[in-house]
This record gives sequence, C-alpha cells and structure tokens, in this order.
Amino acid sequence: MRRRHTRRIASIRCAAAAVLLAGIAAAAPPLVAQQATATLNDPRVGLAPGAGNSAEQALLHMRLVSWTPKPAAFDSARGLTFINSDLAFRGNLVYQGNFSGFMIWDVSDPAKPALLSTVVCATDQGDPSIYGNLLFISAEAVRSRNDCGTQGVEDGADRMRGVRIFDVSDPRSPRLVKNVQTCRGSHTHTIVPHPTDPDVIYIYVGGSSVVRDASEMPECSSGTVAENPNTAQYRVDIIRVPLRNPEQASVIGYGRIFEGLEPSPGRAGIPAAEMADLGRRAGGPSGCHDVTAYPAFNLVASTCGSYGILLDASDPERPRRLDARSDLNFSLWHTAIFSNDARKVVFTDEWGGGTQPRCRAGDPVELGGNTVLTIDNGRMTQHSYFKMLAAQTDTENCVSHNGGLIPVPGRDIMVQGWYQGGVNVYDFTDPDNVIEIAYFDRGPVDANNLVVGGSWGAYWYNGYIYSSELARGLDVLELTPSEHLTQNEIDAAKLVVMDEYNPQSQPLITWPAAFPVVRSYLDQLARNDGLPNARRTQIAAALDAAERASGAARRDALNRLAGELERDAGTARDAARVRVLAAAVTELADATR
Amino acid sequence: VKRVLQQSFVAACIGLAACAGRAAQPAAHAPGAAAGTPAAEADAAHAHHHAAAHDHDLPATGGPGFTAADVRFMQMMIVHHAQAIVMAELAPARGADDLVLSLARKIDISQRDEIASMEQWLRERGQVVPDAAQIRSIHMPGMLSADQLAQLAAARGRDFDRLFLRLMIQHHEGALLMVDELFASPRAGEDSEIFRFATDVAADQSDEIGVMFRMLEILTPTDGSTSR
Repeated sequence: MRRRHTRRIASIRCAAAAVLLAGIAAAAPPLVAQQATATLNDPRVGLAPGAGNSAEQALLHMRLVSWTPKPAAFDSARGLTFINSDLAFRGNLVYQGNFSGFMIWDVSDPAKPALLSTVVCATDQGDPSIYGNLLFISAEAVRSRNDCGTQGVEDGADRMRGVRIFDVSDPRSPRLVKNVQTCRGSHTHTIVPHPTDPDVIYIYVGGSSVVRDASEMPECSSGTVAENPNTAQYRVDIIRVPLRNPEQASVIGYGRIFEGLEPSPGRAGIPAAEMADLGRRAGGPSGCHDVTAYPAFNLVASTCGSYGILLDASDPERPRRLDARSDLNFSLWHTAIFSNDARKVVFTDEWGGGTQPRCRAGDPVELGGNTVLTIDNGRMTQHSYFKMLAAQTDTENCVSHNGGLIPVPGRDIMVQGWYQGGVNVYDFTDPDNVIEIAYFDRGPVDANNLVVGGSWGAYWYNGYIYSSELARGLDVLELTPSEHLTQNEIDAAKLVVMDEYNPQSQPLITWPAAFPVVRSYLDQLARNDGLPNARRTQIAAALDAAERASGAARRDALNRLAGELERDAGTARDAARVRVLAAAVTELADATR
Repeated sequence: VKRVLQQSFVAACIGLAACAGRAAQPAAHAPGAAAGTPAAEADAAHAHHHAAAHDHDLPATGGPGFTAADVRFMQMMIVHHAQAIVMAELAPARGADDLVLSLARKIDISQRDEIASMEQWLRERGQVVPDAAQIRSIHMPGMLSADQLAQLAAARGRDFDRLFLRLMIQHHEGALLMVDELFASPRAGEDSEIFRFATDVAADQSDEIGVMFRMLEILTPTDGSTSR
C-alpha cells in the first residue's frame, strides 16, 4: 500500500545544548533540553506488520524498485545471528555484510539484483569495505573463528577478532587471504588511502568491545593509559595494507586520539576526595564506534563514546585531533557524514545500540537522532538536532543509523536508515533547519515480539538508493520528484557515477558540465525566490534554446547567458547561487564542441 | 577485580530463589549436556566458582550457543537495571535540575527497554525470568545499599542532583564490571544477541558515566564546597 502525506521532521535548534570540553576547565553552559517527541500524525504510524515484503508500506516521494530476500543460508529468524549489516559498492556489484558472512549482488538491473555469491563466515557484525579486488570485513564478536566456522570458539587460538581480507577478483568465488587480528576486534572499519602511494591503504579500526586475553594475543592488555601505557584501550588501531601483498597486512600502530579528553575534576571544582572512589573510568572515551574519513580534505570524523572528534589525517599513520565535542543528550556517538564541502558534519546517536525501540511516541528528539555541526578552521559548532519522528511501535527497533550523501548539486542532502523506522531523505543545507523530503517505511516484522530488523544503512549509489534490511534482505529505492526535489535535481544526481563507494570513506563529489546541473541551480533559485520569477523564465528559455542548438551556436548562446548571469548576481537575493549558476553555464559552454 | 565480582555474585544469589516470581518455561534444552560441550563446561566452571551458594541460585543452564554464565548475567542484570529505574524515578519529585531530570528520564527509558530485551532472551531459551520487583536488597557490583537508597530518597534539590549522579556512576561502574565478568567466563558471550547486548550496555553506560561526570562538574559550586 502506498500513502502520501506532507513531510514531518523534527529540527530543534540547540541554544546552548552542546558542551565543548577539549581540555577546557571553564564551567560549561547548562544544557537546554527542548523536548519534542515523536508524532502519531504521520502515514508511517500504525503500518500493518509482516515478514519479508508483506508488511504494509508508507512511501513519500520514493518508489520501491525491488525487494530481494536473503539467501537461504542467512534466512533465519534466530535472533541476531543472521541479520544483515552494512553495504559497500563497486561497479555493478553490491557487497552486503551479514553477522554470519556476506553476499555479493550484481545490480546491473536494480529491479532484479542477482546473487553472485554467499559466503558463510561467522563475523559479527560483518561491515564490508571494498578496494579494488579486496573486500574487508569487520569481525568483533567473540564467536568468530579463523576458519570462518559457525561452531563458536573453544580454544582461543582459533578466535578471529579484527579485519578479514577477502580476494573478490572472482565475485562468484571469494577467497579469504588474511585475518588481521586486533585486541578488541573490529566493530567497524574505515579505509584511508595513503596520501601518495597508490599501492598502500590504511584501515582505521572502530570498536570498543572487550579486550581479549593476553593468552590469545600477548600484546593485548587493558586499563587506562596512565596505569598501563601499552593498553589496548584509549586508542584507534591502524592497519597498513600493501595492496599487492594483502597477506602482509598488519596493525602498524594506533592513534591515541583521546589524550586530555578526560574531565579534570580538581580544576573543575569537584573536590578530589569526593571523586576518589567514583570509579576507574574517568569518563573519557576508550574507543571509537566508527570513523568516517574524508580523504579529499584529510579529515576524519570519529564517533567515540561521549564525543564527536575531528581529526587531521594528513599523515594517516599519525592522526591529530583538531576538535572534540560532547553533548549531554547523546548516548553513543555513532557515525559521521560530512557535507561535500566539508563545512558541515552530521553526527548520529545510536542510543541503545540499534536493538531497542527508541522512536516511540514519547521518546525525545534529542535522544537517538542526529545533530548537525558546522566546521570552520577545524573547529566544530553544534546547530540542531533532528530525528525521524513518525512514532514507531514497541516491537520496532529504531534509532539513528547509517547513511550517506545524495549528490544533488547546490544542496546538502542525505539518505539514512533508521532500522525499523525505515529510510528517509532530508536536506541539511541550513544546519539550523533540517527538512525531510522523502521516506520509505514498513510495518514491524512482528506484531507481538521485537524481532530485530529494518534498515541498517541506506545509500545513494549511481542513481538508486540501496538499503540493507537486517531481517528482510536488500531493498532498492528510487527518488521521485516533488516540491522539495525537482526532476532536474534528481537527473543531476544521476549524472554522478562512482566506480567504488565505501560510505565510511567519503568520496568528493563532482558534477559533469550538463544541462540538468545548470537547471538544478535554476530550480533552487525558484525554490528560494533567489532571482525574480520573470528573469528565471527568460533564463529557462535561453537554456532550452541553447540545448536545441549545437556546436558553436550552443557555445555562444551559453557564454552570452553566463555573462548576463554575472550581471544578474549583482542584484539577486541569492547572489551566491546565481554566480554558481553562471559558473556552471560557463563550464557547459567550455564543454561544448 | 574479577574475583571481587565472583564473590558479589555469590552474595547476590542469596535469597533469590524465593523471589523467582515468574515460572520458567520448561527448559528447551535439558541440563546435563554431554561433557565437552560449551554448556557442560560452563556449568562446571560455574559450579566451581559458586559451589558454596549454588543451591540458592536461580536455575541457569546452558544450551546451544549459550552458557549458564550468559543466563546468570541476564538474570542478574535485570535486577541491577531494576534498581537504576527505582533511582531514576525518584528524580521528578525531588527538585532535580533539568539536566538530571533528562538524564533520569533517559535512564528510565533505556533500562526498561533493556529489561524487556533480557526477559525475552531468557524466555526464548526456557530460563527463569527473575521478578525484579520482588527482590528488595541484593548485593551486586555497584548496587546501592538500603542506606544509600534512603539517603538518595531523602535528598532534595542540588544535594539530590549530586548524590544521584555519584550513586548512578557507582551503579553504572558495577554494570561494567558485570560485563567484564561475563566475557571472562569460559565460552560466554558467543551468542550473537548476548554479545551485542552486553557490548551495547557497556558502551551506553560508560558513555553515560562520561556525561554524568560532566554534569557533576556543571552542578558543583565553583568554590568547591560540597553542600550549599
């Protein structure tokens, strides 16, 4: 069933909600909790339950292109053992992780994804990244084995916690080439390319799970840095992968990126005596859940315990902390997504870890959602919270989870999975006013029990949105035009073609010189009335005429228009966007043969 | 540290048998698994550690993919969480600061949900689900004594805020110890759900400890005095 309705999003400005504590002892401003809660007035509320694709659906400005169930090997309702996890993309292939292995899909026809292989290999949580012919898989849980077996681990020597490397040059027959062991396993991981050597990549390892016993790995021990300088906690492990010899991949070091982040009680006015017996964990983070690299800007945004941390990774072997933000509402800083210009970053809060129902009527917007920060000279400023606010039921695990950018020129638009809260698309161009523009949601997997399911992550890749459904399989979605997103903007996004896409290692998006790109800017000037209507009509006509022409005539027409637009910018309400439009028209003229 | 916890568990178990309110489903997997299986080994390890008090425990057996230590962790954590909820529910009527009120609300929501998860996990495996409401005083890592609870209930305003934060830090620290102990038990935590659950509890609560330390700083008078 398909329903349509107006948008609903919560976007709350944080007056003084954020607390900066990068080693500053000054009294922090008090948090102002602006309570907003989920709404019952939304088509996503009250959808009928069902497994597979049988649940009732609500869609806004999106259509479900295809739903493909899990292969038999992973088709089980047994708790979390066989749930799907994250996605990675290369060419026509989608790599989908699972707590018990991974799948490779051929999506040449997005309406009919074809399964090329299913690899059974106990590997919770199985987050994948692809680089050339190498597939990297995160293994965190204590049951994972070197030999991929599913029988659990009796002898610690058989245990595999870290990053697995598969050779997938034949996608029908992946081959395990290396298990890189780490002390805490790998909850997630992130590819950071070598700045100059194309034959080397680095893997930053996310996760803060239990440190394994020294009897399994002698170099592993725990404790604070002060009491144990070699502790495997309070650091981010870094793996170096020589791409020509992946079997030689190894942990080459780690970033101690948390130093100085612990509160300094004495200085902050809490008497030392009172603090003395308050515990061993002084409150600083001991690991990162996730790190997002943006190599084009040498930046890494890490989500570590109660902090969002911005790193300079110009030297990937020695990441340097630029800034750290805490927020008294955020439980678990989870993931970060940069805007394409690296001037903004969206941080997510996975309150409850993803298996809990945190989108019910009454659950606050500040908890388990997102927050938008701006980045200026390596310093972050928090702006607003927002969350998928259609009230979900007690049997739907729901909280903010993974997503990525949709390459619409001139705007910051993201798609994101909210577990059983579904998938939504929103605009965060204005960091104080986030606008939801599309969504897809199903009813609960089960009406009576919380059966964990929903979207682990949803990503735009070469024209479609792919969503990894924990319990149900693989969903492919397509955006449809609306007042919030025009056909030109969708067409411009579809012009961006990536060879490879790992959401945690963000690529810089560039657009080709093309009419849909130019018209996207014009549509945006209509949406914000940044240029008078009459003038927009003339520009649209000039573009149509130029498109009908060819060769020198087209080039001359475009150059003439670009010149006019430069003059328009002098009086336009949105002069900056008019100049961007003029530049795009000039590019199009230059590209005309 | 781990040894302390073992002893705490022993103490914790005293009196629990009488409180096992809800009848367990018949065990899906009979105890006495064949020697050498994970369940049998975990049982043996458990019996070794808890010989003195074993008779007072809630019945806990292993099964395919889970151990008696897993079951005991879930049973104990239900009781542990229940006390956090009792603490959180004190806040609204004691003139707590907005910061502490929203934290208390968050803890109340979180730990109620997690109790439901733990109960479901135990039920699905045919294990006894403890009725936390009937368990009044129990010794587990981080648990407040009856005196501490009474002190907290009697405090008002800023005194309540600070005492609440200190005692909740203590309580959360205890939960972290219980997670460490779980993973130190032979073959425990291999079940995907309990691994995820215990890891999430540890992550959430250690992050909340960080938040609570910051709130303590914010709510501490700048002259360093401990009371107003």
